[in-house]
Amino acid sequence: MSDSTAIAHGAEAGAHHEHPPYQRHHFETVNQQFDATNFAMWLFLLTEIMFFGGLFTAYLILRNWYYPAFVEGSHQLSIFWGTANTTVLIISSFTMAMSVWNAQMRRKSALLLCLVLTFILGLVFLGIKGIEWHEKWVKFHVPGLHYSDQTFLNPASDHEVYAEYHDKPLAPDMASKAQQYFFLYFAMTGMHALHMVIGICILGFMIVRAKAGAYTSGHVTFVENFGLYWHFVDIVWIFLFPLLYLISRHQ
Amino acid sequence: MSAVTIVSLPDQATARVPKVNFLTKENGLLSWLLTGDHKRIATLYLISITFFFFIGGALAGLIRLELLTPQSDLMAADTYNKVFSMHGLIMVFFFLVPSVPATIGNFLMPLMVGAKDLALPKINLLSWYLYIIAGAMMLYTMAAGGVDTGWTFTTPLSTHYLNTNVISAGLAVFVAGFSSIFTGLNFIVTIHKMRCPGMTWFRLPLFVWSNYAASILMVLGTPVLAITLVLIVLERTVGIGVFDPAKGGDPLLFQHLFWFYSHPAVYIMILPGMGVISEVVSTFSRKRVFGYTAVAFSSVAIAVFGFFVWAHHMFIMGISNYSALVFSLLTMLVAVPSAIKIFNWSFTLYKGSITFETPMLYAFGFMGLFTIGGMTGVFLGATGTDIHLTETYFIVAHFHFVMVGGMLMAFLAGIHFWWPKWTGRMYPEKISQLAAVVTFIGFNLTFFPQFILGTLGMPRRYAAYPPEFQVLNVFSSAGATILGVGYLLPILYLTWSLKYGEIAGDNPWQATGLEWQTQSPPLTENFAEIPIMDREAYDYEWLERQQQKEVASVG
Amino acid sequence: MSHISPVLWQFLVKWLTNFKLFPPEASKIAPQMDALYFFMVLVSLVGLTLVILLILSFSLLYSKKRHPVATQIEGSTLLEATWTIIPLGLFLVMFVWGALLYFRVYTPPANAMNIYVVGKQWMWKVEHPGGQHEINSLHVPVGRAVQLTLISQDVFHSFSIPAFRVKREAIPGRYTSVWFEATTPGTYHLFCTQYCGTNHSQMIGDVVVMTPDDFRKWLAGSTSGNSLAQNGERLFASLSCNACHNSKPDARGPNLVGVYGSRLTLATGQSVDVDDAYLRNAILNPTQNITQGYTPIMPTYQGQISEEGVFALVEYIKNLQSDYRLQQTLNTTELLPGNEGGTAPAGKTAAGPEEVKQ
Repeated sequence: MSDSTAIAHGAEAGAHHEHPPYQRHHFETVNQQFDATNFAMWLFLLTEIMFFGGLFTAYLILRNWYYPAFVEGSHQLSIFWGTANTTVLIISSFTMAMSVWNAQMRRKSALLLCLVLTFILGLVFLGIKGIEWHEKWVKFHVPGLHYSDQTFLNPASDHEVYAEYHDKPLAPDMASKAQQYFFLYFAMTGMHALHMVIGICILGFMIVRAKAGAYTSGHVTFVENFGLYWHFVDIVWIFLFPLLYLISRHQ
Repeated sequence: MSAVTIVSLPDQATARVPKVNFLTKENGLLSWLLTGDHKRIATLYLISITFFFFIGGALAGLIRLELLTPQSDLMAADTYNKVFSMHGLIMVFFFLVPSVPATIGNFLMPLMVGAKDLALPKINLLSWYLYIIAGAMMLYTMAAGGVDTGWTFTTPLSTHYLNTNVISAGLAVFVAGFSSIFTGLNFIVTIHKMRCPGMTWFRLPLFVWSNYAASILMVLGTPVLAITLVLIVLERTVGIGVFDPAKGGDPLLFQHLFWFYSHPAVYIMILPGMGVISEVVSTFSRKRVFGYTAVAFSSVAIAVFGFFVWAHHMFIMGISNYSALVFSLLTMLVAVPSAIKIFNWSFTLYKGSITFETPMLYAFGFMGLFTIGGMTGVFLGATGTDIHLTETYFIVAHFHFVMVGGMLMAFLAGIHFWWPKWTGRMYPEKISQLAAVVTFIGFNLTFFPQFILGTLGMPRRYAAYPPEFQVLNVFSSAGATILGVGYLLPILYLTWSLKYGEIAGDNPWQATGLEWQTQSPPLTENFAEIPIMDREAYDYEWLERQQQKEVASVG
Repeated sequence: MSHISPVLWQFLVKWLTNFKLFPPEASKIAPQMDALYFFMVLVSLVGLTLVILLILSFSLLYSKKRHPVATQIEGSTLLEATWTIIPLGLFLVMFVWGALLYFRVYTPPANAMNIYVVGKQWMWKVEHPGGQHEINSLHVPVGRAVQLTLISQDVFHSFSIPAFRVKREAIPGRYTSVWFEATTPGTYHLFCTQYCGTNHSQMIGDVVVMTPDDFRKWLAGSTSGNSLAQNGERLFASLSCNACHNSKPDARGPNLVGVYGSRLTLATGQSVDVDDAYLRNAILNPTQNITQGYTPIMPTYQGQISEEGVFALVEYIKNLQSDYRLQQTLNTTELLPGNEGGTAPAGKTAAGPEEVKQ
């Protein structure tokens, strides 16, 4: 899209002064306002990619170095909960997309329903994450705070996982590197969860505003941009899930 | 020569600063603290960064005082370490990074592209608040006993071996980083989406181009620093992390991630300054910038190449010889656009009609000092000489030539240049010319001896040094006092001018930018009506025709 | 004024008589490095003069007084191409020249004498192969290539000898190396140039360059009785390394005789050159460095051996060129549990030092 023509067009429209109430004073047209905020959101997501990029880099390097520890570390994650959470997030992305659509269609109650659903699904995700983190705590897999190499020195001591994967004991130097795996696991899922928490807070705010009819009078920019954010957080998980849970699991 | 000037002021007997402008529109503290107006936020930024500049400057004074004698007698070694660490952190993250973009850039960006405000005024205000929160955390760090990691937070020193306030300092920089991300993001969106009718990309002033390039670096580089600092804080709190060599982590990974931001950060600091120089040189030689396109693209080239040279900070750190080769080559390539700029500015003077007001003097200072700073960068970018010169006072002198001789000179040039627009009043010309000259002399006396010290091998960050280096250090400290005077003067006379300066009128410099075609200080909405850009940037002939038309219509 | 001037005078005299632009050139690489340095200084001066001349002459010729109306010029592709290509060319020359030097400084010759250096907060510990041990000083002979293998046991340090124009960071967890050949006897500065905490500026010392004769005398006078390899041998025995690495056909660990400098295939399929860095890794992180055909049963020695100890082991394995030597070690082990642990290695010095000092 050529933005200079959009602006030239904007100037003509700006000549007559009939702004909808939601148009900020410094924009010439609603279109320009939408374009600008939307573009800003994409840029922000770009910075978010760089932010997570640092973590992914660290993951790639250490995984390369300590492959066996990372494999056995990933055996400690529950595919069931991981898949459940992925499903929850994908559904929440769908309800979020529906929210945007409903806002555009100016259906207030449907918008509210979709937002509340997204809100709840977000909470469900965090709840499941909480269950998984709690399990790590119980099994001494929280680096720095509550940690022991035992599971990796003697995999048979962890009956459930052993029954499924029959892991060989790792040599002590390699076993100790599993701690790096769990550090990255917590750093990455923690950062992701932090983004979820921020998203859920904004969702709560949006639900209150949507009740007052804020997004169903033609001004959907905020819902759309938040949708972008929510999908982004979803996509980060789509990368985290295979990297942490799935790849090289059966080796 | 100084008698000849382009300054054209309105008749002082009748002229008034416009009653309604962005400064007077609303009153009260709250109208400032909750403002969305980019010019007010720029003003808030200007006050805050000046505050931090003088804290950083005072710390620099302490460093130079300590280095008067070879022994560490003024302060103990760990106090000295804290002082230079705080100096670096404050100057880099609280002065240099926000200096031109968040103050002058914030003030000018919408004016220059012909918009009423930045695209996201609330985000702009948020960015200032983040800066203030970060600044408060940094001051807390200082009050709580300081931090002695150096501004580089090198692991594992910062994570496992120091018991100072690394966490609060790290978080302060983290928050300051987001402030800078939001400024950059706002600029990019504004430049893309808020240009007035007729303002094509190649009609943008070069100041906009260079800030655009710097904004790209801010938006893409800063988040990497942010995550790196998060990892440092985590490693420090839970005791394990990816940078800890004792637990299988990689301390070189930290160096890569840190310099992935911190090298581009150098360009974040210098590029906006280059933009100021383009504006100033053009205005005071009454000429279009020589090779506009080349200067515009060289900014973008610096931004792009700037992302791929970070490992030249690690030549002696045991990266493989071959990657050193690649990064050295790319470093040489990034030096070329800077050389292009210097020559283009020089040739802007060719067949111009030059006057020598204060901003121009600062700009000349910039061109000389930045040439030295840039060339010595090549000494360090060439792998062989880097071995001998890195981590010595040579590198200290190099980056002070670029950052202080370059960026600070450009900042002062810009502040003087746009002061009449900002406040509606002129600064006093004679004393400010004196300040410019004093700064230049003081600067050279302070930092030039450090090149020799570095070549002789004096390591940086030393509280005590072998006695044979003393004489040059004394020169350097003596220069620092002169430099200090050079920086105090503007504070005094600029404050004075707020009340007693001559009324500037709309366009005291007879400059062509859109910002000069509106009243000074501007209205809150910048322009009475949205301007239409129907000419190239730096079109002095257009300006002349415009003035003739006015004369004709009055006559 | 009268109080200040004598001090000032003294100062100026001191400065003028001692004024130097660059440190002494005391190594083979130093003049080469300085040649590039002065080439760069020359180019910078020419460039700077050019810029200053341009600014000055244009300022004079085209000041508003002399040239009241500016002539608008768009630019000039030819001129711009000139000042793109010429600096680029010069920078590329500097790049190539610099890279040649860089490769020279960081590629030690095969016959270099190896000295091991451990950096720690805040001192340099130097281990000579003959067992001489120094702190914050380094003695080297003239005319002999000396390779330093560096490591840090805590934070980043940097080993810098300005008079030799060489510098290398000592990094925790991995070996780095640098080499030089001293040319002029004398005492030179040794600095730590990477900021390493409180007493960073005290982490300094002297590099003493001696004539070969003096150096031999110094070596003889400073010996601690055992060579580094002998210390390594003792450590090797006391850690029971030879329980597995004993070159017997049914040994559980690979034979270490002649392994240094060879090319190994690891269990992961990778092949590696066996050098100091690999040996260190294999001792501290054995699991990642298992030789093909062996099972990963070796325990890690991370945290159990000091960096000096690792150096001693590396030096020992490096000099292990015949089965006979290994057999000697095995015998030593048998002797070790007894009380004559100290005398056993000393009894073999006849074979030891010569082998080490070659």
